[in-house]
Amino acid sequence: MNTTAISSNIQVITGNAAAAIAAKLARPDVVAAYPITPQTEVIEQISSFHASGDMDCELITVEGENSAMNAVMAASLAGGRVFTASSSWGLVFMYDAVLATAGARAPVVMVNVNRETPGIIAVSSGQQDMISTRDAGWIFLIAENCQEIMDLVLQSYRLAEDYDIQLPVMVHYDGFFLSYLSEGVEIPAQETVDQFLSVLESQPKRTMLRPGEKLGVGTHGILGGYMELRHKHVTAMERSKAKFDAIDQEFADIFSRSYGGQLEEYLTEDADMVLVGSGSMCGTIKSVIDEQREKGIRIGLVKIRMYRPFPHQALVKALKGKKAIGVVDRSLAFGFDGGPIYTELKAFETKLGGAKLVSFIDGIANTDITKTNVKQMIQMTADLADGKDVPEVTWVSYPKANKDKGEK
Amino acid sequence: MSEVRFHGRGGQGVVTTSKILANAFARTGQFGASFPMFGFERRGAPVTAFGRFSDKPVKEKTQIYNPNILVVLDPSQKNSPAVFDGLVPGGMLLINDKKNKGDIRHENLRKLAMVDANGIAMEEIGLPIPNTVVVGAFAKMSGLLDIDPVLEALADYFSGKKLDANRVCAKRGFEEVTTVDL
Repeated sequence: MNTTAISSNIQVITGNAAAAIAAKLARPDVVAAYPITPQTEVIEQISSFHASGDMDCELITVEGENSAMNAVMAASLAGGRVFTASSSWGLVFMYDAVLATAGARAPVVMVNVNRETPGIIAVSSGQQDMISTRDAGWIFLIAENCQEIMDLVLQSYRLAEDYDIQLPVMVHYDGFFLSYLSEGVEIPAQETVDQFLSVLESQPKRTMLRPGEKLGVGTHGILGGYMELRHKHVTAMERSKAKFDAIDQEFADIFSRSYGGQLEEYLTEDADMVLVGSGSMCGTIKSVIDEQREKGIRIGLVKIRMYRPFPHQALVKALKGKKAIGVVDRSLAFGFDGGPIYTELKAFETKLGGAKLVSFIDGIANTDITKTNVKQMIQMTADLADGKDVPEVTWVSYPKANKDKGEK
Repeated sequence: MSEVRFHGRGGQGVVTTSKILANAFARTGQFGASFPMFGFERRGAPVTAFGRFSDKPVKEKTQIYNPNILVVLDPSQKNSPAVFDGLVPGGMLLINDKKNKGDIRHENLRKLAMVDANGIAMEEIGLPIPNTVVVGAFAKMSGLLDIDPVLEALADYFSGKKLDANRVCAKRGFEEVTTVDL
C-alpha cells in the first residue's frame, strides 16, 4: 500500500461541489440561481457558504431560471462578477436571457450540468441541452472530471472578463456521471486564485451601467450598427481561442495543472486512429486506450474542451494525416447522417489529409458509454483505417438503429 | 484497481458508504472515485452505488459491470441475482448480517465477510443505519485500508458526538467483521 501523505488541500467531493467551491473562490458579487436536478447541489452548497458567511456575495433566490439569468446579466452589466448554474430545462427556461446576455457582451460565468431535453421529460444525462444552445453566442467549455470542473470555472472568469474578450462563458459537465461523482479534487488556496484573477484588475475597466449616467444597453439597432456588433461578436469569439490557450498555460504555471487549452490530445502523436470526444466519456476512452496501447494498437484521443467557438484550426492540426477518425456524440443533429460534432468536423474534411471520418452516437438517454462500447468504436475505426466498409453512423447502444438502413 | 458495487436501500447510507471509502483511499495517497447508480433516491427503495479504488488515478467514468467486491448493506438482497451480476471469479462479498447461515452462494464467490452492522449501529448511535460499521468492516475484509484513514475520513461527514459515535461504529466494524473462505 502506498502510504505517502496526500496534500492536505485534496478533498473528495462531487463535481457539483467542485463547481460551487470554484465559484466561491472567484469571489462573485452576485449569484442568482434556481435548483434543478442534477445541478441542485451546486446551489445548496453556495447557499450554505453564503449562510455561514464564507461567501460574501449577494445571493438572489429567484423564482425561476429566467429571472436568474436576467439578474446576473444586469449585475454583470453594472460591473459585478457573477455566477449562476443550471441544467437542461432550466437552461431552456432562461434561453431568451441567455441570448440577450451574449448580445450585451456581459461576462457572465455559469455552469450547465448536461442533461437531455427531449419531450420525454426524463432525468437523463446527455449533451442535447448544450447542442441546442450552441450558437447563443456564449463560449462553451466542457469538463472531463471533477478537478477540471473546478479549474475551468476559475479559468472562465479570466476568459469572460478579459478586456479583449468580454463574452459570457458556460462550463458544461455531464449530469450524473460528473455531477454526482465523488473523487479527489485539489482545492487551490484563496490567495492563489486571487493572484490568478488579479490580472483582470490591471486591465482597462469595461463599460458599466451606473445610476445617473446616460448609457444604454440592449437598445434598438438596425443595419450597419447592428451588423458591426454581430461581426465584433464573431471576432471576439475567434480571439477567445488563443486567449484560452494562453490562460491554460498561465494556469499551469500557477497551479501545476495543464490541459492543453482548446483541445487535450491523449497519445495522438503516433496514432493512426483517433477518437474525438468531449466530457466524462473521455476518461473512459483513455482507460480503454491504455489497454489497447499495451496490445500495440496505435489509438489516441482528441478531447474537445472548447466547443464554442468551434476549435477547427486546432482540430485540423491535431487530426491531419490520421488514417481514420471516430467522432463520439452524446446528442443528435436532425437531418444529418451523424452526430452534431461529427457533422461540424466533417466541414473540414478536405483539410484532414485524407483521414476518413465516422460517427458514433452513444450516451444519450442516460445510457452509459461503457468500456465495451468504446472498444467497439475503436474496432470500427480500425476497420475504417483498413479500408473496410463501415457505416457512416452507428448508434452504439442501440443496434436496432443500425439495421434500419431503409430511411436514408 | 478494485471495483466495488454497493447494494442497499434508501436511508441506509449506501452512497455515503462509497464516498467515505473514496475519501479514506485519498488519505492514503491512493485514488478513489464513487458515484450512485442514477435513479430517484427515496427512503426504502433499492439503491446501488459504485466505487473504484486504485493506486493510480481512476480515469473510468462508467458504471461497474464486473465488480470484484460486493458490499451488501441490505441483507434481504443477499441472494438477489442483481447483486451477483457480473461478479468476477475470486470475488469477495461483505454483508450486513448477524451470522453465516450458509445460504449465500455464487460460483465466483471466494471470500465471504459478515458484520452485524445494524446491531452495532443500534448500540452505538441508536439508529439502524449500518454504513459507518460497514466502512470499517470493508477496510479489514478487503485488506486495502487501515482503520486510521477511515476514522479520519469520517470527520468530513460527521461532527461532534455523532462523529465520535460513528468512529466507534467503524472501529467495531473493523474489529468484529468475520470472514470465511469459500
